[in-house]
Amino acid sequence: MSSVSALSNSVVVPEGPAVEVLQLRKDFHRREGLHRCRITALKPVSFSIARGECVAILGQNGSGKSTLVRLLSTLLLEDGGAARIFGHDVFREPRRVQRLINRVSVEASFFKRLSAIENLSYAARFYGLRRRETRVEIPRILARVGFPLERATGPMEDLSRGMQQKVALARALLTSPALLLLDEPTTGLDPRSKLEVQDFIREVRRVHDATVLLCTHDLAEAEELADRVGILHAGELICLAPAAELKRRYRAETLEEAFFSATGTALAEEEVVSE
Amino acid sequence: MMRGAATTLRSELMGFSGIVERNTYIIKRYAWWELAWFVWTLANTLTIAFIAKGFAASGAKIDVNKATSWLLIGALVWSYLGMVFGLLVEMVQWERWEGTIEHTFMAPLSRSMHLLGTGIFGVLYGIVRTAALFVVVALFFHLELPHANYLAALVVLLVASVSFIGIGMMTSVLPLISPEKGVQLGYVAQGLLLVVSGVYYSVSVLPGWMQALARISPATYALRALRSSIIDGAGLSSLWGDIWPMIVIGVIAIPLGLEIFRRGERYAKRAGKLKRSG
Repeated sequence: MSSVSALSNSVVVPEGPAVEVLQLRKDFHRREGLHRCRITALKPVSFSIARGECVAILGQNGSGKSTLVRLLSTLLLEDGGAARIFGHDVFREPRRVQRLINRVSVEASFFKRLSAIENLSYAARFYGLRRRETRVEIPRILARVGFPLERATGPMEDLSRGMQQKVALARALLTSPALLLLDEPTTGLDPRSKLEVQDFIREVRRVHDATVLLCTHDLAEAEELADRVGILHAGELICLAPAAELKRRYRAETLEEAFFSATGTALAEEEVVSE
Repeated sequence: MMRGAATTLRSELMGFSGIVERNTYIIKRYAWWELAWFVWTLANTLTIAFIAKGFAASGAKIDVNKATSWLLIGALVWSYLGMVFGLLVEMVQWERWEGTIEHTFMAPLSRSMHLLGTGIFGVLYGIVRTAALFVVVALFFHLELPHANYLAALVVLLVASVSFIGIGMMTSVLPLISPEKGVQLGYVAQGLLLVVSGVYYSVSVLPGWMQALARISPATYALRALRSSIIDGAGLSSLWGDIWPMIVIGVIAIPLGLEIFRRGERYAKRAGKLKRSG
């Protein structure tokens, strides 16, 4: 079934899986003294995500989660393999892919002096939304994510991190993405804001039939929201299955134990070191 | 097929308007910053325009009104070019600083609309700002320009702007491929362009190799044509000799600028430089 939005930027979403990743690989090169060394951020990774599914990828810092999201967001070019989003080649047809996706990342990426409405308004224009549509849609979506409208015309720099993250969610939803890429969207949020964001993710799936790829450190969040959970360790996708099956496979009581059994490290270990 | 083309065009123009809209908000929100910068540019322009009076006071026999106008046009073109180049060169760096770079580059916005939107906004804002600067300085010095052909000057500035945008696009790729040094290199390019173009002197005083570079700089023709139109009142027909080279440079510079940026963007995506921390 193809989905069509009522907005002017509506895009017909083709049949087939939402995401197909085949042997996707990414290397970076760093200079160390006189030498250039190659760092493999993502080893050949393969998986697919069905339309409407929510897949969570767990991994420590530096495990390759953000590299994967940035590859699928058309912000990086691959060093091997392929990726297709709703049948479109991410690296050969980036503009077609860009119309179908949006992303919420851990940092609130806005022009801080501009207001929420101004930030959303110009960004919507990049996705083909007319002014008369955004005049109606922006306040409606901000209200839906629980953002107080009386704060919508003040500079973003005066907003709390939780509020900024709500604006980021509103920006993603405004463009009616068929695939929502969430890169640690609740990291650093207070418990209440975290729950609000998680409720919103459920609603986006339920109401918009959106497919979600969620990269997170939060095991409870992954178990709660995702149909399947993947573990990415040192650039390698070790497993991808429903949380219950992972626990069974690794003979673990909890997802945390399963993560430990799969990787040999606890998810929080490296974060503690880096702090 | 026609409907598809119309939809694509509409989407491109919408993206273009998004860039103009964003820059308008930024100027509005940084109004005091803009005012401070205007005053700084005004002070800078006055110091240059006073040079003519200074020479006259030290005994040199010069037409102070004409010399002041001559220097003033050079200072205004420097300021105008700085405006257009500044917006283009800082486009990437500003987004990196604010953290919006990934969102902008993953949006379905064609790079041509992205760059042209930034360049054309720079031209429009630059013309308003430069005109305001010109009026203030002309009043300050009681400049008499009875023959000035402002319409011809505006046409010259617009034609020159096409090539300025093209060259600006080429320099705007620098912060993309070199987050640490890119902006500075962009300003070096702007400075070099003006040095060889006779910004405060005739190109004829330059060494031979610099004169050769002056011939491929659009600023050379822009400065000469602007001086002729404002000081001598030259019309478009007599300025044609300076206008056509600017058209030729513009026709080459825009597609070349886009291609250079496209290649730079591919490199940045390959090397992982398209992110806020570089």
